[in-house]
Amino acid sequence: MKTESRLEKVLASGALAVTSEVGPPRGALPEKVRQKATLIKDHVDGINVTDNQTAMVRMSSWAAGVIIKQMGLDPILQMVTRDRNRLAMQSDIIGAYSMGINTMMCLSGDHVKFGDHANANGVFDIDSVQLVQTVRRMRDEGKFQGGADIDTPPKMFIGAAANPFADPFELRVMRLAKKIKAGADFIQTQCIFNLDKFEKYMEMMCDRGLDQQVHLLAGITPMKSVGMARYMKNKVPGMDVPDDVIKRMAGVSKEEQPEEGIRIAIESIQRLKEVKGVHGFHIMAIEWEEKVPQIVEKAGLFPRPVL
Amino acid sequence: MITAEQKPLKEIIEYISPYNRILLVGCNECVTVCAAGGRKEVGLLASALHLNCLKQGKTIEIKELTLERQCDPEYVEELVSEIGRVDAIVSMACGCGVQSVAARYKETPVFPAVNTKFMGASVAQGIWEERCKGCGDCMLGITGGICPVARCSKHLLNGPCGGTSYGMCEISPDVECAWCLIWERLKALGMEKRYEEIMEAKDWRPAGGGGPRKIIREDLSL
Repeated sequence: MKTESRLEKVLASGALAVTSEVGPPRGALPEKVRQKATLIKDHVDGINVTDNQTAMVRMSSWAAGVIIKQMGLDPILQMVTRDRNRLAMQSDIIGAYSMGINTMMCLSGDHVKFGDHANANGVFDIDSVQLVQTVRRMRDEGKFQGGADIDTPPKMFIGAAANPFADPFELRVMRLAKKIKAGADFIQTQCIFNLDKFEKYMEMMCDRGLDQQVHLLAGITPMKSVGMARYMKNKVPGMDVPDDVIKRMAGVSKEEQPEEGIRIAIESIQRLKEVKGVHGFHIMAIEWEEKVPQIVEKAGLFPRPVL
Repeated sequence: MITAEQKPLKEIIEYISPYNRILLVGCNECVTVCAAGGRKEVGLLASALHLNCLKQGKTIEIKELTLERQCDPEYVEELVSEIGRVDAIVSMACGCGVQSVAARYKETPVFPAVNTKFMGASVAQGIWEERCKGCGDCMLGITGGICPVARCSKHLLNGPCGGTSYGMCEISPDVECAWCLIWERLKALGMEKRYEEIMEAKDWRPAGGGGPRKIIREDLSL
């Protein structure tokens, strides 16, 4: 084991891992973090804590992660390179690790244009691949990015994101390979709605033997309504929602759409469980955390392994 | 070249409102090419300012001059004979030109008439796009001749983010994804493998992170 990460242990055991996420509140509301974490705590092996997602200011992922850690749970610290330079990120990594956080996700982050501080300057001192590399060197070589030795290095289990659906498709497996080369231990993917395309991506990944080098968790998002499905198709960059999914959501009454969305999510997990290289699922139930237990149970992923 | 756009007329009028005798100075270099501050634009701006004054029942004197290069002390010197006769200078050059004039004529206020935008290239008649950030350590040789520092909205050095759709950047369907362009070019050159080489964290010192930059060429110094 490289780290003390619960997620690492679950993945090493060969079980399908389950992670989900908590978006921190837009205010000093620690209770909100606890409430959201409580909803999913028994059904996941790790809880992603998002970092100013969609470029909106929220409680820091670091602080919300500590709140979750204090509940005896396993936060996964998300970190975007958009808001901080390499000094700030490394100090936060040491700080988070000192508070018991041992798993993290390295991301570049949505452009500031999408948030409520569009007049801010995006930092992007380093990119997500370089962040993975930085965290790996901190852990394995005990070195800061600048080259100096770290007195007691943080041992993070390192995650990165992959979007199999963004352009250019043929480059996406190469990009994954690059993140693995940089030091990613696990990957969480963008929400998967186009299962055929995802399976093609996994085939390309396995052809290169990358499934032997990294644990990939397939991203699952239940849709609440046909409106949400259309929004994701048309407005969210890099999202691939096929027409038959939209048709299926539109084919049931408005009241039944949430249930249909959950059914689609469960069916997707059941199908993807069989796909070579899929080592688990990352369930992103956006402001719908209370549905995560139901999805995990009905998809046959419950109970979670006890370590 | 350096691109610029004229400031809103209202802002220029506010700058010069306390003054009666204005020296309006254009530049024959980049701002002429991008039609923001050359001889022609100097003439147009002078007419607009005159017209505005007439409407207000005021008169101003505007002396029009366009220098060969406003960022060069040799040419800035040409203004010396006018300086005593004006209350203020309005420069239509880029920020480099404005500062060269301000540095030489310390007792005359200098105001910019353009906003300096970026280092860009013309892509079609009347359209310029950013191409260079002046990062001081050119990597075009390894990125297929397309700059990710200037042209990726997040200046990512190791490939496209997850927001690319149909070859366009997540920030706008009008902005091309630099990494899609780089990838296409690497393919055309048969250099796809190069993509998987990790580009290390950039040293931003030559890009300005080390403070204001300077070039000293001793072979050219007098």
